[in-house]
Amino acid sequence: MTAPAAHDVRAQIVLGGVGGQGIVFLSRLLAEAAIARGLPVLASETHGMAQRGGIVVSHLKVGPFQSPVVRAGRADGLLALSEECAALHEPFLSERAWLVVNARRAPASRAGIRVHALDADALALASGTPRAVNLILLGFALARLGEGALFCGAGAVREALRRRHPSGGPVLQAALSALELGIARGT
Amino acid sequence: MTGRILMLGNEAIGRGLVENGCAVAASYPGTPASEILSSVDRWRKAFGATMHVEWAVNEKVALEIAYTAAISGLRAAASMKQVGLSVASDPLMSGAYLGVTGGFLVISADDPGPHSSQTEQDSRMLAMTAKVPVLDPASPGQARELTGIGFELSERFGVPVMLRPTTRVCHSSQDLAPAPVRPNARKARFAKDPARWAATPAFRRRLHDRLAEKIAAIAAYGPTAPVRLDAGAGTPRAVVASGVACAHAREIMEESGLIGEIALYHVVQPYPLHTEFIERLFEVHDEILVLEESSPVIEMQAADRRRVRGRLTGAVPWTGELLPEAIDRILARFAGRSPRETPVAPEGGGRRPTLCPGCSHRSAFYAIRRAAPGGIYPSDIGCYTLGLNLGAVDTVLCMGAAVSQAAGFDIAHRLCGRPVDIVATIGDSTFYHAGIPPLIDAVVQGARFVLVILDNGTTAMTGFQPTPGSGRGAGGERTAAVDMEAIVRACGVGFCRIGDPDRIPEFVALLREALAHARERGVAVVIARRPCAVAERRAAPPARRTRVVVEEECTGCRHCVEEFECPALAFDEDSGRVRVDELLCTGCGVCVHVCPAGAIRAEGAGEDAE
Repeated sequence: MTAPAAHDVRAQIVLGGVGGQGIVFLSRLLAEAAIARGLPVLASETHGMAQRGGIVVSHLKVGPFQSPVVRAGRADGLLALSEECAALHEPFLSERAWLVVNARRAPASRAGIRVHALDADALALASGTPRAVNLILLGFALARLGEGALFCGAGAVREALRRRHPSGGPVLQAALSALELGIARGT
Repeated sequence: MTGRILMLGNEAIGRGLVENGCAVAASYPGTPASEILSSVDRWRKAFGATMHVEWAVNEKVALEIAYTAAISGLRAAASMKQVGLSVASDPLMSGAYLGVTGGFLVISADDPGPHSSQTEQDSRMLAMTAKVPVLDPASPGQARELTGIGFELSERFGVPVMLRPTTRVCHSSQDLAPAPVRPNARKARFAKDPARWAATPAFRRRLHDRLAEKIAAIAAYGPTAPVRLDAGAGTPRAVVASGVACAHAREIMEESGLIGEIALYHVVQPYPLHTEFIERLFEVHDEILVLEESSPVIEMQAADRRRVRGRLTGAVPWTGELLPEAIDRILARFAGRSPRETPVAPEGGGRRPTLCPGCSHRSAFYAIRRAAPGGIYPSDIGCYTLGLNLGAVDTVLCMGAAVSQAAGFDIAHRLCGRPVDIVATIGDSTFYHAGIPPLIDAVVQGARFVLVILDNGTTAMTGFQPTPGSGRGAGGERTAAVDMEAIVRACGVGFCRIGDPDRIPEFVALLREALAHARERGVAVVIARRPCAVAERRAAPPARRTRVVVEEECTGCRHCVEEFECPALAFDEDSGRVRVDELLCTGCGVCVHVCPAGAIRAEGAGEDAE
């Protein structure tokens, strides 16, 4: 599948996780990838006390929106960095949405929702990058869903990572490897 | 690349300040306002702008510093969260009468929900009380635009102007095209005028008259007038909305086709509401619905009460955030449609926040519970409020109140012949902010309690801003640092000792000494000093982690899980034992002291496990 033309894009994505997992980073990275395609972006983040080990949720809307918040029943997809967030944030999903979740087994969900599960915790530990769960799961989602489901492909995310680290270095390499690890599992 | 960049609402405000020649910016950190000042600093550095940027000791000082720059002819801004505005309300009320000569913005970020605050108070009400105009942005882009409009408004009428974003503006992000930064050519010049700047009550009355005239004129000021967002056809019904509630309403009305059926007005300046707009509104429309957060500021200024729907008529709820789901229902009712069935959006839930793995506050609370079982534990505002989970936080009122409440509990209980042990906790930043005057008061009044100052060297909760003890400024530059022990002693405290909370047995013994002093002789202060674990790891990731293991001896008693609550210790139902979550464990090794069975051990580490 190829990415939809810019003027057709109207994507609403919810990203959920536990404080410290890098939800805010992930949603900003996707937003930057969208902006590089010339798409308008609105996103809403959790800050403050909730980030101390509580549930952190981010809303990302790409296209001609006004409100930064995704309404219940309207999201095209949910990226859940911890399994508990899949059940918690499922009410955001529309009837034919996708759910990509960091879990050993695909959790039960509403009929019509396409569920893709990956044990990103185990992969992160095994690869010696325990904090890379977020990028591993994103890589998995990009490969599994294809560009038609999101508003960008893996190439745009790689570019967004490179723009964040213009001089390269080990941090960029680690991020790119984590992304590739997830892509390999999703392909 | 498109030239557009992703900006958080707070970054957009910071950018707007720098683009519009702000020379002095001061703030005290508080969610959701914290990133405004750090962004100002970042943009200032990027453009080499000549600015003074400071994390002030509290919001009152921040506002006074910035205000004084503005009466010296410079553009200046003070930013804070809404409860900080309460702290700064004294100079705001007075400063409104005296006015300014350079543009002055008071940025007060509200938190409907509340997501990270004690209250859902509406700063716009304080703007009304102070009689200063207030601007209410609906998006990060508009927030940036209103910094420039606000400075012009402030200079045109010589008044402070409030910019009031809410959490959904501060912590939303949007693609924006930054504008160029103009060099700031103004020179400070304070023109003496004692009848104004040092006005006595006789002059104050005249200044109040002048302020009332200014407000009347601002209610006719073009650049901040309400904007109609629909095509402008004649409709019996109209929605009048401000802030992010307007953004939600617009999206919902566009999606549901209500936009042609019902007029939509965007109010940018909720106070003073434009006089002509109020008159026209009732001429053109029969019924008006007002959507705003969180108090009926626009609604109360809309004169014809019988034709207005809002909080005062029960159409809009008085509490909680006006989420799009709620606006959807309110709009449907107003349009005479039946509300759509929507799934219930989750609120927070799932997992309660907790202190980070490796946080030394956890050690301090664990020790306090051991040293003063059955005591009263007043606490304060910061990460350590989460000591609630450990049963070591009994009260949280407002900044600095841990100290006055400790004194208050002692006074009340001793008065009735029932003295109790009291151990209060306060963070270092909060102590400097509002903890010093109540400590002086407690010493003078002979109150008896132990105050534990949790000194982790940073304002951790809001993003690791410096404290007056850090010796570094908003941009990381070296500054003078105050000496916490010297301050405590200068307040007249006879017992002031420093301890490392992560050495739990020694820290418990120190607390017991402090309690003995407090019972007989008055206030005792223990400074629990250890750097924030997260801040340390951000600065330099540790080269080698101590590995903590749970041995066979674990009896599954759950003491560590329930009384210590480190996220890295998880009870494994299958084995009936505790296990260490390697993804979360920082290797601080404190839990070694906590296990009653001695089953937790640090591998390959000395006694300190550091």
